[in-house]
Amino acid sequence: MTIYYSEDHEWINVEGSIGTVGITEYAQNALGDIVFVEVPEVGDEFAKGDEVSVVESVKAASEIYSPVTGEITAVNEDLEENAALVNSSPDGDGWFFKVTVSNKDELEELMDAGDYKTFIAGLE
Amino acid sequence: MRYLPLSSDDRAKMLKKIGVQDINDLFDDVPRHALLKGFLDLPLHMTEMEVEQNFSAFAAKNIAAGSVPFFVGAGAYHHHVPSTVDYQIQRGEFLTAYTPYQPEISQGTLQTLYEFQTQVAQITGMDVANASMYDGSTACGEAALMARRVTKKKKVILSGNLHPQYIEVVKSATKYTDDNIIVNDPMVETTEDLINQIDDDTSCVIVQYPDFFGNIQDYSALAEALHDRKKLLVVVTTEIVALGAIKSPGEIGADIVVGEGQSIGNGLCYGGPYAGLFATRQKYVRQLPGRLCGETTDAEGKRGYVLTLSTREQHIRREKATSNICTNAGLCTLAFTIHMTLLGEKGYRQLAKINHAGAVKLRDKLANINGITVLNSTFFNEFTVRLNKDAAEVVEALVEHDVIAGLPISRLYPKNKELKNDLLIAVTETTSEDDMDILVEELKEVLK
Repeated sequence: MTIYYSEDHEWINVEGSIGTVGITEYAQNALGDIVFVEVPEVGDEFAKGDEVSVVESVKAASEIYSPVTGEITAVNEDLEENAALVNSSPDGDGWFFKVTVSNKDELEELMDAGDYKTFIAGLE
Repeated sequence: MRYLPLSSDDRAKMLKKIGVQDINDLFDDVPRHALLKGFLDLPLHMTEMEVEQNFSAFAAKNIAAGSVPFFVGAGAYHHHVPSTVDYQIQRGEFLTAYTPYQPEISQGTLQTLYEFQTQVAQITGMDVANASMYDGSTACGEAALMARRVTKKKKVILSGNLHPQYIEVVKSATKYTDDNIIVNDPMVETTEDLINQIDDDTSCVIVQYPDFFGNIQDYSALAEALHDRKKLLVVVTTEIVALGAIKSPGEIGADIVVGEGQSIGNGLCYGGPYAGLFATRQKYVRQLPGRLCGETTDAEGKRGYVLTLSTREQHIRREKATSNICTNAGLCTLAFTIHMTLLGEKGYRQLAKINHAGAVKLRDKLANINGITVLNSTFFNEFTVRLNKDAAEVVEALVEHDVIAGLPISRLYPKNKELKNDLLIAVTETTSEDDMDILVEELKEVLK
């Protein structure tokens, strides 16, 4: 299992051919109290960079872009009732959806944990 | 100080920037024949008194709804508005058409909007209503757009018994989206027909209740069929007083209810400004267009009002906003709220009863006249009759005798020959029995 990060502050945790996607600690902190997450539907297909999801906090609404091309296999239904999970556990219970990773090459365009740490350090 | 701050140089620069030769090119979309050529032939000046006399003379050419027996409805109704309403809405704290841009400082305005939303949600039988839209027809256009956001499908089926002007507004609202608008023929469709039209691409079916011709249909089966396939039922009510007497759209299974609020608190005013009502189910609240007021408690635990869920809106989400309607019809909704508060639930129901009873009385009187067939088996305060003559000609003849007999359907369906003898007649609490008898006598005479 390997975790990759995007410049839009999404993470994707790849196990076999399935990736679990969420937003990073940095993103949840920047957004503030998250009040709503609109997740895609199972079976929806997206290309890398497509808008998949919307996350809404008390101060902003932001789009979540698919880090890879693939089909949605599961969504985190707990977020419907409790969007604050994204704040309390962005890399755990606050995951958004699972997606098939159809083209592994796309992962190469993402960052690993070390690169991402450097990336966000550069933003501050 | 100059009022128009642009110099000819400024204009030339702006035209160049957007690649237009002449300022008149910007008006290309206006049909040539409608453009003014040269200047209007107006006198150089007049005194205030002369202007007043002139305009009074123009105004005297109109026949005001309240001054004669008057039976026109068709989406705008002549009701009695208590004088208290006009007095209250003119208070300086309230007298604006806008929701404020720094909203929370205006707690009184927010509270009235919150009360308005509560009233609309209650009469429509829905969970949540917004702080209003421009009018019923634009609310209807927004409903089509919202149904697409919810279902992610783009085919909108419009009942043929939806107000024809609402149909036009839905078409305008979706002109630059790629929605597929299906419009049925007037007066012929059944609920069964609508059910059979639902396919995979359908986002919603939009029906009117009571419909444009006055009929009251139970759309429960339609709602069920739509919900089975994850589609939405949009119910439009243009005579909001009707909901004081008939089952609420919420009980029927509507997912979105839009309405024209004019009947409560607002005069006819040549077609506006009116108040658009928009209500939906809690689960769709984030797709709701327009502003939404919420009740909360402040840091000291006291009740207060806020504009809530505003991240959906234009000022935060910009081009991704649920709607680009960022204002509402504040003053008209205030009039609605005050009138509705004066009525109360009991008064609202009683008002509906009076309207219906009046319409039944007129129907009975008309049904006995040779040359008139009443087409409705159900109705609230408005129904359609078929005459043995061209309805527009009959109405014109009665206007000469200071009777406004109703709306000839042909005014809105000029090409539909089958409807040319049909007349839409509305009765409200302002219609007296004398008014009805005058209409009956006049019709007897002209249909002889």
